Amino acid sequence: MTAVSDRRQLAYIAAQAADARVNVELEAEGMTLNIGPQHPATHGTLRIVARLDGEQVIEADPIMGYMHRGYEKLTEVRTYPQVTTLINRIDWLGSFANEVPFILAAEQLMDVEAPPRAQHIRTILFELARIANVTLFLGDMGVQLGAVTPVFYAFRDREHVLNQIEAATGGRFHPNFDRIGGLKDDLPAGWIEETKKSLKEIRKFCDQMDDLIVGNEIFQARTRGIGVIPADVGLSYGLSGANIRASGVDWDLRRDNPVGLVYDKVDWKVWTHPDGDSFARYWVRLQEVRESCNIVEQLLDTIPSGPVMAKVPRIIKVPEGEAYIETENPLGVMGYYVVSKGGLNPFRVKIRSASFSNMSISPWLLKGAYVPDVITILASLYFILGDIDR
Amino acid sequence: MTDTTDAPEEAEVVDEARTALLEAITDEWGDAIVDHHLIPGKDLWIRVTSEAFGDTADYLRDRQRFRYFNWLSAVDWMPSPFGRSMDAEVDKLISAKAGEAVEEEEAEEAGTGYAGGDTRFQVIARVNNLTTLLGVTVKADVPDDSLTVGTWTKAFPGSDWHEREMFEMYGISFAGHPGLRNLYLPGDFEGHPMRKDFPLLARIVKPWPGIVDVEPMPPLANSLSPDGETPGGESADAPSTTNPGDSQ
Repeated sequence: MTAVSDRRQLAYIAAQAADARVNVELEAEGMTLNIGPQHPATHGTLRIVARLDGEQVIEADPIMGYMHRGYEKLTEVRTYPQVTTLINRIDWLGSFANEVPFILAAEQLMDVEAPPRAQHIRTILFELARIANVTLFLGDMGVQLGAVTPVFYAFRDREHVLNQIEAATGGRFHPNFDRIGGLKDDLPAGWIEETKKSLKEIRKFCDQMDDLIVGNEIFQARTRGIGVIPADVGLSYGLSGANIRASGVDWDLRRDNPVGLVYDKVDWKVWTHPDGDSFARYWVRLQEVRESCNIVEQLLDTIPSGPVMAKVPRIIKVPEGEAYIETENPLGVMGYYVVSKGGLNPFRVKIRSASFSNMSISPWLLKGAYVPDVITILASLYFILGDIDR
Repeated sequence: MTDTTDAPEEAEVVDEARTALLEAITDEWGDAIVDHHLIPGKDLWIRVTSEAFGDTADYLRDRQRFRYFNWLSAVDWMPSPFGRSMDAEVDKLISAKAGEAVEEEEAEEAGTGYAGGDTRFQVIARVNNLTTLLGVTVKADVPDDSLTVGTWTKAFPGSDWHEREMFEMYGISFAGHPGLRNLYLPGDFEGHPMRKDFPLLARIVKPWPGIVDVEPMPPLANSLSPDGETPGGESADAPSTTNPGDSQ
């Protein structure tokens, strides 16, 4: 299990680029292959028009918009508390995490701070959303390579976490639980113990995936050295989350800029991998789920007492100003640029979603890849269509 | 709220880094910086001239080591001609009955946001420096006559899709972009949906119904009326606010 060395990586990239260049220079006609819009690898409806030369992709052009719901426009005719209902549906697998940066941005504009207990519970739910989201990826990656079993394990064990999210918030997928100034409700009785139990199941699941997938020879052969993203390319495309950490960039907003969340009170580690290939992205996410379990377990033991809601006006008016808050969401950096003109509803909300930037590298990344690898690379980038199209 | 021992000190430290950055940028970039806005400990905005916008990307990346391209977007500062599209008579009646201040229809003024602005459209871009962990938001006015600014794709290839999105949503062109075409919308779509004068048809076909359920709202836990905004309205009408701690 030696890591792919830098030299091999660079040689691979150079070979791929040279191949693609030769094909373009020869003006090889090739064929056009439509991948999608309905393809299980796309987590929604993404269409990729790939121009092929034999088995190799010369040019890939992703076509989005099949799921564009215009949330940026719709936020302009919603009051601030109503916006959370919409943005829940951006990354539908980790919904609670979508609400947090928007609420934090509104809180910054209003100069309100959530009480310590609310911040604490927010962080717990934020991490549970991450676990629920990334767990599915860990199983789904197997499906893209032809191993169907892991995804059933993923659906089974994700349920433990979803049950806890439902018990606390009332919603399995769309909690709509975060409020400006705190949370809607306190935690129910017995929730902490139950959550600890569910985390044990998740840890067991991670070990299973370690054995079933990471240690699997076929998986390694299909992912190592495939879809290599060098760090500087990743940065210039705005890659974030596990995708950029798998390229060796040690940057995690949870540690580096934990606005409004309590990650600084926990002892945890940011995982990185030097390779930047599909395998590294899987490996980093696997470690991150374990780390999230670690974070939540520590937080569950140290929840401070007190109210879960700060004193905020009944009718929420946000003073004039602009704020940009970003957090480390399950898929990567998610941020909201909120422009307020002092009214009941935002004047402009720019949603910086992780998958949009993560996918913008795909035309570059898929150039020179082989057709079966296209699916692996897309799956390892891990995008949710709602997060691209918004 | 009352403990002010640590907070100001902390804010000043972060402020220093951002002030130093701002000084370095204004020193080197000179006249191209039209205006700036700094919130100590929070964020930094700089506004550059529309001619300099394209080159700002190269400058920030190469000279200030802002290697991480975060996003690029735009704002239409024109007030919406359709109002809020969410005012229903029934809401006002209920608010008045509850003693709450009724929202008057105010004509929105054309704002300019932080660091000002002179034109209807502004482009906003954000880059990060992963070493100092600072982010900077760059703004530039989009000339009203040409609606064109320089592209960022030369410095940051990731800007490609962001600029295509702004092209279709606002009709802003980016000079030097390799392939400016619609990203989400069909190629033959007419209009620019994110502009304020593009109507949200769903709201015009079927206006906002307001509060359909006319039962009084339950008292809010832990939430008090703001000082001065709704004088005595809640306490007189609604039952006393309960604390969840008392009832359980």
